[in-house]
Amino acid sequence: MTVTREDVVDFIYAEARMLDEGRYDEWLALWLEDGHYWMPLDYQQTDPHLVTSLLYEDYFMLKLRVERLNGARTFSQKPKSRCHHVIQRPFVDELDLSAGRAKTNTSMHYVETRLDDQFMLALTATHDLAIVDGAIRIANKRVDLLNSDAAFGNIQLLP
Amino acid sequence: MGYYTDNPAAVAGLVRGPQVHRDIYTDAEVYRLEMRHLFANAWIFVGHESQTAKKGDYYTTQIGNQPVIQVRHSDGEIHVLYNRCPHKGTKIAIDREGNTGKFFRCPYHAWSFKTNGCLLAIPLKKGYEGTGLDQTDSAQGMKPVGEVHVHRGFVFARLAPEGIGFEEFFGDSLSSLGNMVDRSPEGRLEVAGPPLRYMHQCNWKMLVENQTDTCHPMVAHESSAGTAVRLWEEMGSPEQKPAAMQIIAPFMSPYEFFEDMGIRTWPNGHGHTGIHHSIHSDYSAIPGYFEAMTEAYGEDRAKAILDENRHNTVYFPNIMVKGPIQQLRNFIPLGPDKTLVESYIYRLVGAPDELLARTAMYNRMINAPTSIVGHDDLEMYERAQEGLMSNGLEWVNVQRLYEEAEDFTETYETNGTTERQMRNQFDAWVKFMTCSMTGERMAAE
Repeated sequence: MTVTREDVVDFIYAEARMLDEGRYDEWLALWLEDGHYWMPLDYQQTDPHLVTSLLYEDYFMLKLRVERLNGARTFSQKPKSRCHHVIQRPFVDELDLSAGRAKTNTSMHYVETRLDDQFMLALTATHDLAIVDGAIRIANKRVDLLNSDAAFGNIQLLP
Repeated sequence: MGYYTDNPAAVAGLVRGPQVHRDIYTDAEVYRLEMRHLFANAWIFVGHESQTAKKGDYYTTQIGNQPVIQVRHSDGEIHVLYNRCPHKGTKIAIDREGNTGKFFRCPYHAWSFKTNGCLLAIPLKKGYEGTGLDQTDSAQGMKPVGEVHVHRGFVFARLAPEGIGFEEFFGDSLSSLGNMVDRSPEGRLEVAGPPLRYMHQCNWKMLVENQTDTCHPMVAHESSAGTAVRLWEEMGSPEQKPAAMQIIAPFMSPYEFFEDMGIRTWPNGHGHTGIHHSIHSDYSAIPGYFEAMTEAYGEDRAKAILDENRHNTVYFPNIMVKGPIQQLRNFIPLGPDKTLVESYIYRLVGAPDELLARTAMYNRMINAPTSIVGHDDLEMYERAQEGLMSNGLEWVNVQRLYEEAEDFTETYETNGTTERQMRNQFDAWVKFMTCSMTGERMAAE
């Protein structure tokens, strides 16, 4: 079984749809357990460790984050937030079947809403993908917000 | 002019010991008076000297609602200037930081100023000959704030030209800042990257009060810290805890933990949680750090520095410092119901990078707009801001462990779940709100 460029593109669309529909168990299953979701604080930030980021989350934190959303006493999710991704067709910047990896670069508009408030973020997501047993998995994901250095209110769900 | 302006009796009447009136959080006139009086009379945090390390380096921020520039002058001194051209009012610096060289130049009409604010040149100056310009404030250049003091690298300013001195205002509370700096083997901090910037639709004082509110973590943060503990237990409670467990799980500590940690209050509204221990006590040791500290200070002194595990220190009116993790949070008031929170982290110069990595992790896990712990807190503040509009009750209760005739002019240590530090802040609030009011209306009534 092989993986085509179209499979890679479809994967990115499918991931966005999982997040929009709140299918977090499926979404977590996409991840390699040593992966990190990184959202830098500074424009073109290169270091996730020694300066602050908005997010630099390992699998445990990601699981905690999505489990919390459904908690009985998660008051900031009563009522729940909803999100919506509009994505541009991903660039497949690398597809190396022999090494079992791919890289994509995807521009998107991310909208999140709760009660009467709604906000939009413009961002670029870069995925490091791994091909494991013929299936595409997320090795690492980086989300660069166009206005990462702006002051935000709560961003409760995930671009 | 509203009810509270020039009416110190009315302002003082908003604080009744264990209760405070909701106008303190919601009223636009009270907010304007805070900017005019409290944020002018008190010493306010500006920045860290490492943000303007070289001559000509500047950094823009706010003292209350006043835009200011922190800048290093050619003689190495740090100056704090109002960020306003004395000509037409144009902001001189619009970016958050930069280097201006030997002088500032207004982008509108090219008036230029030395980095201590003095007027340097005006194009086509003959146009002002005989006009009396030299008799005006405009000819004085960019106006400096009332007074500036740099304490162990931290820059504070008082807007008012006259008033309480730096040492008298902060007193023994400076021990918390001191401990944070002492944790560097070289006794020096450096700012590490830009701050998190988190917008809150609530009054700034709610955030300050929450810093010593030890009865909310196990309730408001059950959703994040409680879930973290449950996930860890489902993993079979492994000895090697996930990073998030070390940072977030202590928020679920029981009431007894917070009672026993203790609270210390100092005069002028300062105070801290964690006299004996804190949520930062049980962080794992970083290889090489204690050795570096021992080499710098000797073993006894190194141990004494690291045995302080103060939790949150509030420097009245609007910052909080966490010594054990080298974090400073600045609660910048933007309106009665709007506050910008900037969370800075600092590198302990001479210490292993792993300490800074943990500090950066703490900052993003707890205080980012994307932080689940931050979400817990902001939800409460914003609900309170909305709930306070209710006319069902006009007073807010800060009565836990209240004692008759509390004396805030002395340092005091007590049970860690007291709301005494909040009362201490309100006592100082009245003091620095009213000390520059004329009180004409009180006399007339």
